[in-house]
Amino acid sequence: MSFSFLQKDRLAIVFMAILAGFGVIVPLLNLLMPEGSFFHIPTYAVSLLGKYICFAILALSLDLVWGFCGILSLGHGAFFALGGYAMGMYLMRQIGARGVYANPVLPDFMVFLNMKELPLPWYGFSSFSYAMLMVFLVPGLLAFVFGWFAFRSRVSGVYLSIITQAMTFAMMLAFFRNDMGFGGNNGLTDFKDILGFSVQASGTRLTLYMLSILALGGCYLVARMMVQSAYGRVLIAIRDAESRTRFLGYRVEHFKVLAFTVSACMAGLAGALYVPQVGIINPSEFAPGNSIEAVIWVAVGGRGTLVGPVLGAVLVNFAKTWLTGALAEFWLFALGALFIGVTLFLPKGIIGTLSEKFSKPKAEADVAEEVRS
Amino acid sequence: MNHMAPAELTQALLYMDGVCVSFDGFRALNTLSLVIGPGEMRAIIGPNGAGKTTMMDVMTGKTRPDTGVVLYEGKIDLTTLDEASIAELGIGRKFQKPTVFESQTVFDNILLAMAGPRTAFSCLWGWRNHVDHAEIHHILETVGLIGHRDRLAANLSHGQKQWLEIGMLLAQDPKLLLVDEPVAGMTDAETEQTAQLLKSIARDHAVIVVEHDMAFVRALECRVTCLHEGSVLAEGHIDAVSRDERVIEVYLGR
Repeated sequence: MSFSFLQKDRLAIVFMAILAGFGVIVPLLNLLMPEGSFFHIPTYAVSLLGKYICFAILALSLDLVWGFCGILSLGHGAFFALGGYAMGMYLMRQIGARGVYANPVLPDFMVFLNMKELPLPWYGFSSFSYAMLMVFLVPGLLAFVFGWFAFRSRVSGVYLSIITQAMTFAMMLAFFRNDMGFGGNNGLTDFKDILGFSVQASGTRLTLYMLSILALGGCYLVARMMVQSAYGRVLIAIRDAESRTRFLGYRVEHFKVLAFTVSACMAGLAGALYVPQVGIINPSEFAPGNSIEAVIWVAVGGRGTLVGPVLGAVLVNFAKTWLTGALAEFWLFALGALFIGVTLFLPKGIIGTLSEKFSKPKAEADVAEEVRS
Repeated sequence: MNHMAPAELTQALLYMDGVCVSFDGFRALNTLSLVIGPGEMRAIIGPNGAGKTTMMDVMTGKTRPDTGVVLYEGKIDLTTLDEASIAELGIGRKFQKPTVFESQTVFDNILLAMAGPRTAFSCLWGWRNHVDHAEIHHILETVGLIGHRDRLAANLSHGQKQWLEIGMLLAQDPKLLLVDEPVAGMTDAETEQTAQLLKSIARDHAVIVVEHDMAFVRALECRVTCLHEGSVLAEGHIDAVSRDERVIEVYLGR
């Protein structure tokens, strides 16, 4: 990387400090400030921030594979959505007899579709720990199997991007079908409670927000540990010169599969935290557009920086919330313009450009050294 | 005589016989045979399209021959193995175009190349995070890059990149080094330094050097093989090969 380890560490410390600040100050402002005060953060805004944080985890997971290993996944939204569905299925089973049809076992949509018994994939989802296991296992397993075949056949570059896109599109079509047993195009919604706490209660919402912050911090530390080890250097080597890395004797496909699987698990976790905060999961989460939007967040923040994608996800989504409220029809144009603008004028993204600026003196010292020797 | 062959094969580090490779009807290698002894240094010369690079591709598993035998250490069939397994066996390759990891430091380039476990887990937690720095420094001294340790490989000059790549090859500690056109684009002084470097490496490794530059090949003072249209045209001392009528003909044209 183009900046020294010291600066890298400083960036990590600043990031963790800001994250901790958000984790503590936002709930405090929500709880302690009187409603109507300028400093009061309403609960809906806390959940909105929580949603951004979930997107930030998704962006971070994408950066791990795209920024460091050159795997441009255009289907990462699928892992996010699968994690979300796993959480959604747990929440559906928690509704129990309180549904419209008051069936103690079957969620409403199954009764409506005349299903007589619980489909097999739904077994076990009444248990929270089982559901949490599935949050990681289902996206991770899909990524492992998909990656195993794709990377072993040496599918890379734009071809890999296309098949990841096809994967998420296929998943979307499958989940739209009512007979898949995952709620069809309505998806899963009307959640009541999580571990006995009402998902609507502001205490639950604050807790979910803080858990999202914790998850982001944890994912960041895991990703950072990975990219700072020799493993991360091999990933960068694969990104820059794959066949050279192979001639050195590295099993490139193993490195890629591992990064892809870990990344998918992080995306799944993000989806699982997202669903109770927005209150719904439906097949449109698999839409290719969502995955492409995640790529834009990473590009805006700066790929290969870990912190950048987090910033990118929060900034772009903040702009989205604001613009879709103010000038709804312009949002897609703005997003397109943003992507073109970043590609043309800020190819390293915000954090990439900033850290390059900071390491300028270092680069000049380099040249001076060369002249001397 | 045939029953003698296996006993002889165990003597050779690399044994190629009757190797043919065609691309869309073009015969890149045509019943090529070549034997490299342990610790031997060999220069391969030949005009463009003689099959030099394809030959290296076959040795390293990048290209599968249509027919023919490629044996390593007299028993291992290289035609059935992939690049990573062949690298593990101890065949290292330096490419024609210097391919170092540009966005990483000189030090990290050598670190990545160091012989040792290369599994994902040994890179995550294990061995590769605790490599002895003294060993890396020793290699950097050998190739004359110790003063450039912390620079990005992208900022090195062309000649320095070639040496870094030779350093990476040394770090792999291979038994056989394949070096493809190491002095292309180098100054005379750099060429001379590179010849000395390769000769010192050849003291304890077998080396195959592919090169166009005749002055450089002469400076290596080793056995020379001339390839033409995918097979061996002449083999022997540089003086004998460069006097060979057919070699002069393919090099200078009719």
